[in-house]
Amino acid sequence: MNTILAQLLNGLDKGAAYALIALGLTLVFGTLGVVNFAHGALFMLGCFCAVAFRYLLTIETVSVDPTQLSPWGQPVQVRTPLVQDWLGDFGALMVDYSVPFSILLTVPVMLVIGIAMERGLIRHFYKRTHAEQILVTFGLAIVLGELVKSVFGPNPWPQPIPSDLRGAADIGIWLGMEPRSLTYPMWRVIYLLFSLAVIGGVFAFLRFTTFGMVVRAGMADREAVGLLGINIDRRFTVVFGLAAVVAGVAGAMYTPLLAPNYHIGMDFLVLSFVVVVVGGMGSLPGAVLAGFLLGILQSFASMTQIKTFLPGIDQVIVYLVAVVVLLVRPRGLLGRRGVMEG
Amino acid sequence: MFHLSRKDQVKLAIFALVVVTMPIWLAPLGAAYPGLMQKFAIYAIFAIGFNILFGLTGYLSFGHAAFLGVGSYTAVWSFKLLSMDILPALLFAVLVAGLFALVIGFFSLRRTGIYFSILTLAFAQMCYSLAYSVLTPITNGETGLLLARDDPRVIDAALGAGTVGGAGLPSPALLGNSVTGYFGFYICAALLILTFYISQKIFASPFGLALRGIKSNQTRMIYTGFNIRPYMLAAFVISGMFAGLAGGLLAVTDPIAGAERMRWTESGNIVLMTILGGVGTLIGPVIGAWVIKYFENIFSAINKNMLNATFDFLPDGMQNIAVTVLSKFVGEGWHLTLGLLFVLIVVFLPGGLVEGYLKLVARLRRGRGTKPEAGGK
Amino acid sequence: MSKLIMNRRGLLRTMGAGAAATLASPMFFTRGAWANNYCNDPTASGKIVFGFNVPQTGTYAEEGLEQLKGYQLAVKHINGEGDGGLLKTFKPLALEGNGVLGRKVEFVTGDTQTNTDAARDGARRMIERDGAIMVTGCVTTGEAVAQQALCHELGVIYMSGLTHGNDTTGKDKRRYGFRHFFNAHQSGVAIAPILGQEYGNDRRAYHLTADYNWGWTQEESIKAATEALGWETVATVRTPLGLGDYSQYLTPVLNSGADVLILNHYGHDMVNSLPQAVQFGLRERQANGKQFEIIVPMFSELMAVGAGDAVKGIIGTQNWNWQLEDEGSKAFTQSYGAEYGEPPSQSAHTGYVQAILYADAVQRAGSFYPPEVIKALEEFEFDGMGNGPTLYRGDDHQCIKEVLVVRGNENPTSRFDVLNVVGKTPRDEVTYDPAIFGGELGPYEPNQC
Repeated sequence: MNTILAQLLNGLDKGAAYALIALGLTLVFGTLGVVNFAHGALFMLGCFCAVAFRYLLTIETVSVDPTQLSPWGQPVQVRTPLVQDWLGDFGALMVDYSVPFSILLTVPVMLVIGIAMERGLIRHFYKRTHAEQILVTFGLAIVLGELVKSVFGPNPWPQPIPSDLRGAADIGIWLGMEPRSLTYPMWRVIYLLFSLAVIGGVFAFLRFTTFGMVVRAGMADREAVGLLGINIDRRFTVVFGLAAVVAGVAGAMYTPLLAPNYHIGMDFLVLSFVVVVVGGMGSLPGAVLAGFLLGILQSFASMTQIKTFLPGIDQVIVYLVAVVVLLVRPRGLLGRRGVMEG
Repeated sequence: MFHLSRKDQVKLAIFALVVVTMPIWLAPLGAAYPGLMQKFAIYAIFAIGFNILFGLTGYLSFGHAAFLGVGSYTAVWSFKLLSMDILPALLFAVLVAGLFALVIGFFSLRRTGIYFSILTLAFAQMCYSLAYSVLTPITNGETGLLLARDDPRVIDAALGAGTVGGAGLPSPALLGNSVTGYFGFYICAALLILTFYISQKIFASPFGLALRGIKSNQTRMIYTGFNIRPYMLAAFVISGMFAGLAGGLLAVTDPIAGAERMRWTESGNIVLMTILGGVGTLIGPVIGAWVIKYFENIFSAINKNMLNATFDFLPDGMQNIAVTVLSKFVGEGWHLTLGLLFVLIVVFLPGGLVEGYLKLVARLRRGRGTKPEAGGK
Repeated sequence: MSKLIMNRRGLLRTMGAGAAATLASPMFFTRGAWANNYCNDPTASGKIVFGFNVPQTGTYAEEGLEQLKGYQLAVKHINGEGDGGLLKTFKPLALEGNGVLGRKVEFVTGDTQTNTDAARDGARRMIERDGAIMVTGCVTTGEAVAQQALCHELGVIYMSGLTHGNDTTGKDKRRYGFRHFFNAHQSGVAIAPILGQEYGNDRRAYHLTADYNWGWTQEESIKAATEALGWETVATVRTPLGLGDYSQYLTPVLNSGADVLILNHYGHDMVNSLPQAVQFGLRERQANGKQFEIIVPMFSELMAVGAGDAVKGIIGTQNWNWQLEDEGSKAFTQSYGAEYGEPPSQSAHTGYVQAILYADAVQRAGSFYPPEVIKALEEFEFDGMGNGPTLYRGDDHQCIKEVLVVRGNENPTSRFDVLNVVGKTPRDEVTYDPAIFGGELGPYEPNQC
């Protein structure tokens, strides 16, 4: 029973992460119609916003002490951290909570990157073929990855969880069970809540604001909205920026779970596409639903009891679910007719 | 049956000439060694096959690497179980890949657009994951399927035919002639020219026209009472068989089959090659394949020493600057160059290398005012 | 490269029987007698080219680039530049610091992309275009086996880099392939006594294993070694390669009744799975009245850096560590530090040593003719390379030497001292019967490329 509950929790946690990671792609791909292979790169840039933020916070003054030699024969470097010097305890707190605080950096940086990307490149490709969109965004993804590699190197950069939030939370007690019968890492619970909050925020934005209404109208019929004298292009720029921000914060908050390197985006790219398409093109709720479906089924498929019957099922479950869903439902779970079908 | 239009005959002749003379014109580019030229020919076959599906019908398969991998595994198993001769190996590689394409195509073609792409991707990723893990008894997983000296090779044993390759491992052979090195390249080249010819025939045939009709307006084709399914499935299977042939040739020229050949990055590679060269043009995918393989093999091998030697003529400071700047784009930075190339080509040569080139030529001519409406599509 | 290859091959074929006969009489092998009859003969081309083929892009780029630095340093030292590094401590030394057989060594580089196909493409370029007489480098067993099989077919010696799977010198061993790095089997044997000391003989172990060849061999070896200690294996669970998030495999560990988690993961699998296991609170847990422990049988410095704080106190094994106190390790660390401003990783070390060992073997053989070089390496006993007395075993081309047991440093002062050496398992204990893994080396005579 506990095992099932624990796997359900895993599934929800994974599902929320998948949904959040894919959310930005749904906005750009499912709604603007741009096949954005650079989505993984945006996620990766978000991760490195967190890395860079911590790096800046932990900048140290380095002085060389020529009287001492390190074992590899070079003068010893004496390091003094700066932020603690300047800000004292608050500085130390900032360093400890660098990952959540890094959101402050991630949001503006990703917004600027997103808008620059849309203005500089993507907007010229709305009317081009999907093939060309693939090539240009894939090229862009490679370039962004290589730039990060040249700055941060190819090795992963682990990011610590704030010390108060480390370790496992006793979920069992919350549910009125025996103590320590169901524990789950605190940071994963936070990521789950964070995902739900961001997803909810994006939904609310598109559903309840005039801006969102216009964007949704524009997705349905761009020309008609244009004829009403509304500048839909500008709104699309904002949507792209929003997508970049969502992808970025998804990455930044994910860093304690997965140490990022320049390659991390490529690993999430395929998954994001699968989530969006299984959810159905042009449907935000679909993508969220698909995220949870894939997350939960993946968790259960990994159980030893199930693997004994079906060896290797955990290797293919995500794709198997994708195949079954797409064969049973022509446009994914909640897809709209006519989006990206041609 | 074997007739080609005059224009196509000329194209085929030029193409054949270009392929056969590779050892000459690739020499100054540093790529005239059998290993790479074989890869040029093989990936060109793969791209031509992919283009029959993508170029003609507009259906973007993101799982074609699966057929490449299946072809390779089949060929190596044919070497192990039947004979070191490449004819059965290639035959089985094409057939088995065709069979896989039939099954995957049967299901995937029930959907169109992006849904089709994700279905093919899902099937291919399943093949890859299973081949890497639980199917290891068949695929030898991570280390790849290799030949062994004590393989049964029943046909060779029954015929009492010795194998080529001395006292070590047997090497693949065509009727007793080892296919390594330049001979291997010329076999691949011959098959490439044959593939190109078949592709020309398909493009010009009623079948090809029907496929194009599906691409431009599927609904109208259906309303006119045209059953598109068999056409699509045929195109998918043919394209899969080409991939199987390419996979088989990979194993023929270098007898190993690894699961990585089936990964989505490989499928993505062939998509990029095709788009880079020009979707739907006959020659475009081939050029795209060559460009990407060239970068992967030649640019990645340039290191600082070589740059230093190249820029030796410059004064010291200039040499340092040139080497420092350029070293970011070669060696470990070759990906950066490739990424930039993708972006620049799409921005400045819409439609890929071939179409972009034609447009450019057309514009230049217009600029001079000699031929106002020449070129283009 | 000439276009007469096929003719030469034909020639060799007709000489098949004769070659076998002449092999029996070593007197025939006088210097230069076989000139031109093997691939990329430096006496014919006038150039000695080593091929360094490592991942420079993709997941394992950092390990690969470190290895490349090791190789480049080795070439300097072979050619008599720099401070000589391990040539000062390596015994018996035949190299004279003026290149190999009096001629300077050159090198070419390639990017394997951590992909077997790309690795073989790179190796073929080095052999067919650049005229490499020896190819070396890799970061995974897949790359190692693929390249060594290719090199054997082309008659070029392959010195593997960082490969830990048993297959490289086991099931898939080749006459032309040599491995200095240790393997999964040795990890298991080496780590067991320390585990017994630290955690007692009454433990219940839960294995999470990367689901591919290397993972399986690692699991098998560690399982055998710990069960010999008296440990019980609760479960062995396979995880897909490159998964990223291991939560669904970690939750069942909590209530499994196990008190030790063994992570048979390498590289990024481990960089992700270890911190996640720590986040699940495993290390604060008590099970069966004992402190819960995590073990990572195979470590590298770069992995430890990638895993961050989670690695503190974790026990594993290593091939070599720059903090060792012997003369060889100190000399190499000094020399590498002077060149690159940081201490070397085990990846750089194994690459460096392999290049030197090959060059030295050529010097001792007095010829580049591969069979003679192979014979010079087989059963070669040496010392002063940082691993204590070492034997290049002839039966499987595996270096037999002591294995380090390391533990994640609780208080690292920099990213360079994340691992501390806690023990060395002597060479005698990690020596095993090569027959247990099967495979065959194949013949000495070279093919033609």
